[in-house]
Amino acid sequence: MAFYRAQVLVCGGAGCISSGCKAVQQALIHEINKAGIDEEVKVIETGCIGTCELGPVLVVYPDGTFYQKVKPEDVHTIVEEHLVKGRIVSRLLYKDPLTEKTIPEYTKISFFAGQTRVALRNTGVIDPSVIEEYIARDGYAALGKVLTEMSPEQVIDEISRSGLRGRGGAGFSTGLKWRLTAQAPGDEKYVVCNADEGDPGAFMDRSILEGDPHSIIEAMAIAGYAIGSSQGYIYVRAEYPLAVANMQRAIEQARQYNLLGKDIFGTGFDFDLEIRVGAGAFVCGEETALIASIEGNRGEPRPKPPYPSNSGLWGKPTLINNVETLANIPPIILQGSEWFRQIGTEKSKGTKVFAVAGKINNTGLVEVPMGMTLREIIYDVCGGIPGGKQFKAAQTGGPSGGCLTADHLDVPMEYDSLVSLGSMMGSGGLIIMDEDTCMVDIARFFLDFTQDESCGKCTPCRIGTKRMLEILNRITRGEGKEGDIEALEALAENIKKSSLCGLGQSAPNPVLSTLRYFRSEYEAHIREKRCPAGACQALIVYAIQPDRCRGCGVCARVCPVEAVSGQPRSPYEINSEKCIKCGLCREKCPFDAIAKH
Amino acid sequence: MIKLTIDGVTVAVPEGTDVLAAAKAAGIRIPTLCYMEKYNEIGACRLCLVEVKGMRGLLAACTLQASDGMEVYTNTPAVREARRTNLELLLSDHPQDCLICVRNGQCELQSLAEEMGIRRQRFEGEKSAYPLDHSTLSIMRDPNKCVLCRRCVAVCKQVQGVGVLGAVERGFDTIVAPEGGCLLHDVACVLCGQCVMVCPTGALAEVDNTEEVFAALNDKSKHVIVQTAPAVRVAIGEEFGYPPGTIVTGKMVSALRRLGFQAVFDTDFAADLTIWEEANELLERLNNGGTLPMITSCSPGWIKFIEHYYPDLIEHLSTCKSPQQMLGALAKTYYAEKIGVSPEDIFLVSVMPCTAKKFERARPEMVGESGLPDVDIVLTTRELARMIKVAGIDLPQLPDSDFDSPLGLSTGAGVIFGATGGVMEAALRTAYEWVSGEALTNVELEAVRGLSGVKEAEVKLPGTDITLRVAVAHGLANARQLLDKIRTGKADYHFIEIMACPGGCISGGGQPRPADVNEFNALREQRIKGVYRADRDLPLRKSHENPAVKELYDTYLGEIGGERAHHLLHTNYTVRGKYLRTIRQH
Amino acid sequence: MKSLEDLKKLRDSARQMMHLREGGDSVRIVIGMGTCGIAAGARETLAAVMQELERLHLYDVVVTQTGCAGFCDKEPLVDVILPGQPRVTYAKVDGERARRIIDEHVVNGRVIEQWVIER
Ligand SMILES: Cc1cc2nc3c(=O)[nH]c(=O)nc-3n(C[C@H](O)[C@H](O)[C@H](O)COP(=O)(O)O)c2cc1C
Ligand code: SF4
Ligand code: SF4
Repeated sequence: MAFYRAQVLVCGGAGCISSGCKAVQQALIHEINKAGIDEEVKVIETGCIGTCELGPVLVVYPDGTFYQKVKPEDVHTIVEEHLVKGRIVSRLLYKDPLTEKTIPEYTKISFFAGQTRVALRNTGVIDPSVIEEYIARDGYAALGKVLTEMSPEQVIDEISRSGLRGRGGAGFSTGLKWRLTAQAPGDEKYVVCNADEGDPGAFMDRSILEGDPHSIIEAMAIAGYAIGSSQGYIYVRAEYPLAVANMQRAIEQARQYNLLGKDIFGTGFDFDLEIRVGAGAFVCGEETALIASIEGNRGEPRPKPPYPSNSGLWGKPTLINNVETLANIPPIILQGSEWFRQIGTEKSKGTKVFAVAGKINNTGLVEVPMGMTLREIIYDVCGGIPGGKQFKAAQTGGPSGGCLTADHLDVPMEYDSLVSLGSMMGSGGLIIMDEDTCMVDIARFFLDFTQDESCGKCTPCRIGTKRMLEILNRITRGEGKEGDIEALEALAENIKKSSLCGLGQSAPNPVLSTLRYFRSEYEAHIREKRCPAGACQALIVYAIQPDRCRGCGVCARVCPVEAVSGQPRSPYEINSEKCIKCGLCREKCPFDAIAKH
Repeated sequence: MIKLTIDGVTVAVPEGTDVLAAAKAAGIRIPTLCYMEKYNEIGACRLCLVEVKGMRGLLAACTLQASDGMEVYTNTPAVREARRTNLELLLSDHPQDCLICVRNGQCELQSLAEEMGIRRQRFEGEKSAYPLDHSTLSIMRDPNKCVLCRRCVAVCKQVQGVGVLGAVERGFDTIVAPEGGCLLHDVACVLCGQCVMVCPTGALAEVDNTEEVFAALNDKSKHVIVQTAPAVRVAIGEEFGYPPGTIVTGKMVSALRRLGFQAVFDTDFAADLTIWEEANELLERLNNGGTLPMITSCSPGWIKFIEHYYPDLIEHLSTCKSPQQMLGALAKTYYAEKIGVSPEDIFLVSVMPCTAKKFERARPEMVGESGLPDVDIVLTTRELARMIKVAGIDLPQLPDSDFDSPLGLSTGAGVIFGATGGVMEAALRTAYEWVSGEALTNVELEAVRGLSGVKEAEVKLPGTDITLRVAVAHGLANARQLLDKIRTGKADYHFIEIMACPGGCISGGGQPRPADVNEFNALREQRIKGVYRADRDLPLRKSHENPAVKELYDTYLGEIGGERAHHLLHTNYTVRGKYLRTIRQH
Repeated sequence: MKSLEDLKKLRDSARQMMHLREGGDSVRIVIGMGTCGIAAGARETLAAVMQELERLHLYDVVVTQTGCAGFCDKEPLVDVILPGQPRVTYAKVDGERARRIIDEHVVNGRVIEQWVIER
């Protein structure tokens, strides 16, 4: 093994790859070779580090210097200055959005310092293409431990005691699910990893598959041992080609090391894995639809019971767990359920990864202990809201969830508290909205998604969500009428109660929760034809305030549809019939004379 | 047995029973739309919702297993409201042109709306707007009337082993359509019409040819004649209020005359003729080492099926035309000569229990000597009933009358062609006597009767060392079992009868629809009983005893299986394959 | 891999590769790589340090650089910091000195006083 004095980690997650990370990596290798230090400095491609907003990022070890938004042109300087001369290039350092100070060290950046990384323990730290790096960090030791020291019952007991709950949505007790599948009659059983990750805002599963694929392999093998299964399937959406490739390579490596296959660790336990690539429909994340899809049928849910734990893949007992759920398994085995229980709250143990997006300074993945408040996540970890804007609401649980308001900033983020507020944890999507966001429009946005993604099998979901969407479309177009809110509520109630699967049962949540907390916004749209947030295009009116207008005529010149008219040096006017609400005049007016409402 | 209470009524049912069935046992009706016992228990329509104590939300009774001590409520405000809302949602995406719909009065959506007392239109919005699918000669699809119950999907796949229908697209845009969203013509559909039989609405229907028939009847230059298939007579009565299985042959013949047909012939005559040719073909294959097992060829849906899915087995098919086509060929030759009318002036209408017959009629193989199709139009039983009604003919009030000669006389063996096993039984009645020279005393071959999917029998032919091993399958999924056996060389049968439709022609895709799809088998049994009753009522019960057929050979055809017979009564088949490219070629 | 033992062996050797990223208590060697240091031959010093560490399989020693410390005429400067002990700075460290410093100070904990300019 060669000795390197420095290692440069380049994030190779799909987020960064899309922001030009490959070019940076190539430049880096080129520059290092040019400087003749290629035997001293090693370049390592890791999975996602979690800070997509800042990508491409480089972390230089051993000092842990964190460079952000690196462009290929910057690489020369980094190599010359930092790697050759040991001088940090401060213009590329991360700046704390609140204090405006640059922070060189990775671990001191609040975004990372505020996190507790269990599921993401290896992503962005190891090179996912090198199994030894996983093993160096105690990889496969948990599998070794269960196979040599524990009975399947003991494994299940340990997981049960840990209090781990499913991270894929419903928060069902993982230990109990394992126990039910273990107890279900049948010789043939399957373990399935749900990596469909349909919530459009979430990408923690992708990040784990890309950046730490072996942790999923190890966890699935442990699950296989616990429930008595020797075959697993990983169901990944086709939109995640890098995850599929990394996972496939990891599976092959594990087979070479006999960590998959026959007689693992000489214990007589056999386990192998296959990847199934799904077409990427949201509903295919629902477990029975996922099963149908693996079986080669159209991905449509079927009624439960029977649950997959009794009758799943090809009618056999099947354990389905989410990626993040599984990523927690090896640490629980190695460090014990007691350790795990100390993280989190009474009823929600451990950590949760959130994919934070929207009006927030640091978007990306954050893994925090369950029970951290929304305020801490937004302001302490993610650097607050840009532009000094006010926090208005946060959507949790993606399209199946609901919103939290400023009143809930200090509510602990855990399964049950979120449900009691009409939202849910879901897969951990967290969208931050500021004062400029219209809540009716947000509800419409999510319903548009679920309506589109409905499998079309059951009546309430197929037609009911369509009718709700039509009402919301009308309201945001300013065509709402009395009775619309009641119709929305009646439909929502029915769809929740009578839909076949979780998609329909939860589809009305964004509407119901915005109605619960922002009803007056709906009313303003319907009765006053006004969008309080000024977001609904059709309802915006631009008007020139005569007392401020100096009659310079800039507005008339920039208007693309000639909706502004007037005489120089006297107030201009906007013809609202012609106005297409592009806002250009308002932007260009030198005297701030144009109001938008 | 487990015990549960439904609306306070305690019932005991076997373990594994669903709540829907348990409620039925307790005398409680739960409305359903998508549910088809055994085949389509998918919980899609959400009309059978119930409340169960201790369970969240509302549950579909059709997919919920009853358990001991369960407390079910089927008539709470929440249940009623949810069922109604879901039905209203279905109606909000429905054309609601009931008055001019093919299923007016026989539509399950209509009945449900009536049953649930829907009197208003709460929900409005976009409606599906898809073009109609008129691509085939047999079946018309109106996706706008589809309620996505998927019964057709289940039948096509599970009962017919075809599986060309399925859901495509997602969300509100989901439709049930031929695979890949193609037109029906472009997939390997066999046009059996079983999907039509189970469709609750007017989304699937036969292609209606009644106007063309009315037009022909008005055309004084044409000699317009008609033939009716064996299964029509035991089912058409249902459209006029008779119990299923009632034999209304005589009234039907009278009605056809009233409609203006100049001669009314019986396809049963041609069925008898088929037996002459087919029994002869079988014996020839047995004696000369021909391809065995030989398989019957009367069912055009079945023929299309083998051409698409088992083209490698086509040699096993009997080369005999179906009875409708044999009669067609004779009508425009033998009959035309007899009455001295040129074949171009003869217009032959067939009344068939079958939608695939509309396709068969138009096959290029079915063009006769004159260059014209042997059969001009095929009407289904349902269409004939419609014509009779449109013409204001009160069928029950009509006197009985007889078919016309020379193509009207038939035996019981011809009638039983209408039920599964019938062709086999008729063939054996004849083959037995021909080979052994002994009279068959008990003509009823129970082993090949009834609704079990695949039936087998052995018949020792006296005076020979031949024991005929035969098999019968109806419903193409059942047929697949036999065909797969042949493919793998495991079928040691001599003769196989296959009918595309479950139960045989009596429940062909052109027959009156069952009022309740979940009672379809009971209906089939009643019609089958009617068929066997008709057989028993006839003086002659063996095809080879039909004097009219004998006269036909003596005066016109010559030898059985001879050149003239071959020319008129036999056909060949087309390899179609199951992919678009090969299908499009034909 | 046949047993848990095999896994442990692999883990231990693989850990050395990961050491740089794990942080924690380890010996640090800091080399002055300012313009003056490089001019005085700091690159050769660095190369010698790395070769020696590799020869001795001392994978857990962290080698970093630093800029000019103000003693330009004493370059190349090399700091050795043992865990829990104050920094020791050596002056005019060429390749030969670097190897000796590693053998004596890093491996055996004996400071080579005559080259030290600050501690
Ligand atoms: C519409 C819908 C979509 C879902 N999508 C996902 C998904 O993308 N990933 C996932 O892990 N679970 C998803 N689920 C939840 C799964 O059905 C299932 O509960 C989960 O995979 C179980 O794993 P867990 O217990 O580890 O959370 C979805 C559920 C519904 C109803
Ligand atoms: S006609 Fe028969 S084969 Fe064609 S779609 Fe309908 S059921 Fe299927
Ligand atoms: S076509 Fe008819 S049977 Fe098929 S899904 Fe639509 S409504 Fe149901």
